[in-house]
Amino acid sequence: MTPQIRAEAARLSAHFAAHGAEPVETPILQPADVLLDLYGEDIRARAYVTSDPLRGEMMLRPDFTVPLVRAHMESGRAEARYTYSGEVFRRQEEETGRPSEYIQVGYEVFGGTFPEADAEVFATLHSALEGLELRAVTGDIGLIVAAVAGLNTIEARKRALLRHIWRPRRFRALLERFSGRRPAPAGRAALLAAEDPLAGAGPEIGKRGAREIAARLEALREDAAAAPISEGEVALLDEIMTLSAPLPEAIGALEDIAMSLPSIEAALLRLKQRTEALAARGLAPEALEFEASFGRTALEYYDGFVFGLVAPGRPDLPAVATGGRYDALTRVLGGGRAAPAVGGVIRPELVVELRGSAQ
Amino acid sequence: MIRLGVPSKGRLMEKTFDWFGQRGLTLRRTGSDRDYAAEVAGVAGLELNLVSAGEVPRALADGRLHLGVTGSDLVREKLAGWEQVVRELAPMGFGGADLVIAVPKLWVDVETLDDLDAAAAAFRRTHGHRLRIATKYHRLVREFLRDEGVADYQLIDSQGATEGTVKAETAEAIADITSTGETLRANGLKVLPGGLIHSSQATLFKSRRAEWSDADRALLQELTARLGL
Repeated sequence: MTPQIRAEAARLSAHFAAHGAEPVETPILQPADVLLDLYGEDIRARAYVTSDPLRGEMMLRPDFTVPLVRAHMESGRAEARYTYSGEVFRRQEEETGRPSEYIQVGYEVFGGTFPEADAEVFATLHSALEGLELRAVTGDIGLIVAAVAGLNTIEARKRALLRHIWRPRRFRALLERFSGRRPAPAGRAALLAAEDPLAGAGPEIGKRGAREIAARLEALREDAAAAPISEGEVALLDEIMTLSAPLPEAIGALEDIAMSLPSIEAALLRLKQRTEALAARGLAPEALEFEASFGRTALEYYDGFVFGLVAPGRPDLPAVATGGRYDALTRVLGGGRAAPAVGGVIRPELVVELRGSAQ
Repeated sequence: MIRLGVPSKGRLMEKTFDWFGQRGLTLRRTGSDRDYAAEVAGVAGLELNLVSAGEVPRALADGRLHLGVTGSDLVREKLAGWEQVVRELAPMGFGGADLVIAVPKLWVDVETLDDLDAAAAAFRRTHGHRLRIATKYHRLVREFLRDEGVADYQLIDSQGATEGTVKAETAEAIADITSTGETLRANGLKVLPGGLIHSSQATLFKSRRAEWSDADRALLQELTARLGL
């Protein structure tokens, strides 16, 4: 960590504080179970796990979002703006040349109103990086959620697809099966038709018992009886997910899609309102890219607005800034309560590197 | 000096000796059955080391061995980014075994990874914790399930008698090496048809991290020619 990077982090912290954020700290050691339950086993490949003799498995924080959300939800406060600055740790399983330890400086708004909070967070990060000529990419996970929720099919299929929005490959596999492009496994029809599918199957061992198997067989019967998701709907979904254009053009394309898929109308309205709120802050929509699948493979689980500020012509570098809305995360960690939350982080070491290469 | 590491005991060692022998290179032990001294007959500049198969990957990565024979599963499990660390010179056609996912035979509803994933989601809702898979191949299993997009599972470390973990209710499923599947069946488990993670076999690897002098490179070229690689 060079003095330049520290100085840049301090400059960013001051910028965020000047926008009304109060500085907060979180412990570096985080309980592993919370992160594992949230992100799944994959996080082990991306975070350092260590063990504490008293507290069990701990992780070096891979980001600030989770501890910050927990702290905010426990505080019971309705509204707050926070800023933080500190190291995060990301294990690299392969030689990528990317650092396994770097500083994040963040700005997070809890309890803000829509769409102002979205625009505020984006504009605050954007103005912190003025002069770097970064490309702004935006997306909206809420649009994909709305498109899936509006499919003309059974609820169980929608639930399954929504669960895998952040895993594009499984999402694709499920969609192919639900639309009849990929056949059910051999023998499945006979199994579902059998009077006693469990007869002679084997001893009942383990915690997943016969009743759970019977419940899943019932779900499979319901699925088998349901009509496939139509080719037309799959095509519309593909069209949304591969959409990539400047924001005004993207809105135009989505308006066309909404004629055939009216379920996205509410999400599209939110996208338009956010675009207006951004424009009101002097961010011209034509200068903002829209990529509908942006943020789908990220670590964080954003569920609405997502954005990144990336250095054009430097595909070797990760995004200098990333952020988005994560209302759902507050519900998961809030123990029954939820709060609207939007935030983003900047990596000062990338700012320093880009300034250095520009000179 | 090129250092070649081969498995230090059992059938794997014998088969390795045979494999080299059939290609005109005689590997032999020089001491008693109990010590691990060995040599390659008539090749100057090639030193034979008898090493536990499990330690060969690390020794190749550290550059302590130039060449090594071990299971392809062990290299993939123990070395992050293994392709940057070693190069596969030759699959040797023995020591074959599959790393598979196995679930209770009773799970008639689980045949594919789609099914495993759906069962894991329902299991988590019912039991309040993720579906546990016992294994000692953490990296291979995790990478496989990540690439396939399976969620809501949890890996439980099991260094032995993994097939028994389901009955003991410390895991709901397992991921383990099997050659015939017999032990799995005897423990009430079945191989998940879509759950083949890796087909392993004994393989001759070259270290990319060891120091290779000009003389070493010349010798390697001569060896690969003799071995028909």
